[in-house]
Amino acid sequence: MPSYVDPSKCDGCKGGDKTACMYICPNDLMVLNVEAMKAYNQEPDACWECYSCVKICPQGAIFVRGYDDFVPLGGQVHPMRSSDSIMWTVKFRNGNIKRFKFPIRTTAEGAANEYPGEKGASLDDENLLLESALPTPTKLA
Amino acid sequence: MALPNKPKGELNAVVDPEIVEHSCDVLIVGGGMAACGTAFEITKWAPEGMKIILVDKASLERSGAVAQGLSAINTYIGENAIEDYVKMVRNDLMGVVREDLIYDLGRHVDESVKLFEEWGLPIWKKADDGGNLDGAKPAKTLREGGTPVRTGKWQIMINGESYKCIVAEPAKKSLGEDNIHERVFIVKMLLDKNRDNTIAGAVGFSTRENKVHVYTCKTALVACGGAVNIFRPRSTGEGKGRAWYPVWNAGSTYTMCAQVGATLTMMENRFTPARFKDGYGPVGAWFLLFKAKVQNGLGEFYANSPAVKDELAKFMPYGASAVTPTCLRNHLMINELKEGRGPIYMATDVALNAFLDAQRAAGKDEKEVKKFWKHLESEAWEDFLDMSVGQAGLWAGTNTEPEKVGSEIMPTEPYMLGSHSGCCGIWTSGPEESWVPTIDGPRSHQYKWGYNRMTTVNGLFTAGDGVGASGHKFSSGSHAEGRICAKQMVKYCRDNADFKPELAQTAQELADEVYAPVKLYHQFKDASTASDVNPNYVKPAGLMMRLMKATDEYGGGVATYYMTSGKLLNICLDLLQVMREDAEKMAASDLHELLRAWENYHRIWCVETHIRHIEFRKESRYPGFYYRSDYPTCDDENWKAFVNSTFDPKSKEWKCEKVPCVNIIETEPWI
Repeated sequence: MPSYVDPSKCDGCKGGDKTACMYICPNDLMVLNVEAMKAYNQEPDACWECYSCVKICPQGAIFVRGYDDFVPLGGQVHPMRSSDSIMWTVKFRNGNIKRFKFPIRTTAEGAANEYPGEKGASLDDENLLLESALPTPTKLA
Repeated sequence: MALPNKPKGELNAVVDPEIVEHSCDVLIVGGGMAACGTAFEITKWAPEGMKIILVDKASLERSGAVAQGLSAINTYIGENAIEDYVKMVRNDLMGVVREDLIYDLGRHVDESVKLFEEWGLPIWKKADDGGNLDGAKPAKTLREGGTPVRTGKWQIMINGESYKCIVAEPAKKSLGEDNIHERVFIVKMLLDKNRDNTIAGAVGFSTRENKVHVYTCKTALVACGGAVNIFRPRSTGEGKGRAWYPVWNAGSTYTMCAQVGATLTMMENRFTPARFKDGYGPVGAWFLLFKAKVQNGLGEFYANSPAVKDELAKFMPYGASAVTPTCLRNHLMINELKEGRGPIYMATDVALNAFLDAQRAAGKDEKEVKKFWKHLESEAWEDFLDMSVGQAGLWAGTNTEPEKVGSEIMPTEPYMLGSHSGCCGIWTSGPEESWVPTIDGPRSHQYKWGYNRMTTVNGLFTAGDGVGASGHKFSSGSHAEGRICAKQMVKYCRDNADFKPELAQTAQELADEVYAPVKLYHQFKDASTASDVNPNYVKPAGLMMRLMKATDEYGGGVATYYMTSGKLLNICLDLLQVMREDAEKMAASDLHELLRAWENYHRIWCVETHIRHIEFRKESRYPGFYYRSDYPTCDDENWKAFVNSTFDPKSKEWKCEKVPCVNIIETEPWI
């Protein structure tokens, strides 16, 4: 699929203005049905399986079932993402399981330096912030 | 019985949306790597009080091609000469490129990568014992002289799951949250009412509430990625979503710039990457890091056969390079498939076991080999899990263990892009420096006209997938190009301080145009009991299938092994003409469908430029990406030149022209 929502876990982000999955989906697929207070993927054949919704869901309610036109049933790839690492569980159709953990970030969330207040020198050359003395090509045709 | 004639989705569209008008100096359209580069850099040059707005159809944190993450940064110059980077790009793209743009990118790109690392992106490093350290292990940073893990000459490995989140954060902080309009889809750029050929604004709509947003600006960047779902994909069911490039890239960059008169270049170029079949997982790390080779169905490692060498000799000087151009590698693969020697396998088993054998040969005991294997296995899976989880899902569903069995690879359906191994896009000015050639004639022939990366339309800039004839920027280069634009846009504002942008149409006229698919739906919805089947309109989903069928069958898609001809191309153009008429009759019942309607509109236009360019170029420049049966060879004598095209917004006419290609970097030696 694409991503799908487990109704027993989804709480519709408690009716906030925007649900987490709806906020994050790059392709505008996740929507909240307000009556049921459950989210769903409204266009499964436009899902990139980018896992943005799976990673962000605060209830862990979103999973992916592989595209039914080429992925056999029974496998599952599911992440647990923290602020500095991600743990993947890969379950094979035959029941085998592999786990992998990778770092994702070396700084605290929100700590990326946008260089506030820094100003470049001259608008009339090609140097960008932190650059000086740009090279020009030497091995010319 | 409940009849099915009801609006789709959850956010119904109304006939008369609210109109919201905004005025700014700089408008950034798009939210990917390039736009984030612009957003970060521009506040370093903007004077006090300059109003800058960024508009993204998604959320900055996970928008654009890097939304899912990446396992490598493919452009990092490091210890190499920038001239050699130009030579590599020039050869891979079969000689017809803008060397000034490529060189210029090469001298800015490393600074972007160093910023990414500083912001928190884990970059793999070489340990003292020659092993690989993941990016969280203590090691010198790139700025401090740390050694990245090179896979190829230009690529470095990262732990890139959160790559986009990390790059978006300083972009957001730089502009301030209030100046970032998320979930607003810009659908048209707007020219100034008084000044000729000058950008003055843009119009779009919210995908969350019934609002049309009208912007006036002095200068604008359009960086909305490439084009996907423009040719019939190999998977036409649910798997249609598993496009190799991000499925939300709808050709908006090319269409919106072309419609206001920006000259396009090399729109005949396309990219049909060879990737793991169906899951479209990346192959770069397998080729470069794990040294895997491809095998045909007979078990032959065909890539170094004498027959292949003879075939490559037909495409000189390009075929002589130690790294065969991407299109020619596809060409060799397609030859195997056409001869019935498929399928093609990536011999992952052979490659991984070679590493283990080397460990044993070096005297390691089985315990040490096992430990080494755990690390290697983790690296292999991370490659997919960082950037193409769907491929890992396919391996899980098919019980595929790469150390035991190879996996099929296959050339995909065609994509249009300018930042990866493709180079279609918009013709822009290079830097205003003496080494950049001065050429007489209109801007569509020139290499520089005052503002680096400005299109032929005054005040309209582009970056990333938008800039044509200069591929192989990838994520880092796109960010650097966005930074280049940032400074130039501030300079443009300074130089045009007296410019007061004024739109030619009223806000209401614009809103009516943007919401036309909604009005049409409401006008005719009761003519049928089924929402999607109605003689008065077509739904976006149906029209997209019509587009993909036409391009696949007539434009050189997978149906014909990428073969087309002048005859077929002209049939395709006729079909596109009718499609453009029917695109005016797309109907949308909810805001999501309105998004799809406008995306399709962009797709249809962008594909038309592609087909027009292939038709104009009477040769086959990129064997393996597409072929013309009537001009089957790569003809350097007559066609080592750009094809540039311009749509005149007043006369509504297209003009295609051949533009000379100038070598700036030495051609002897070619590589």
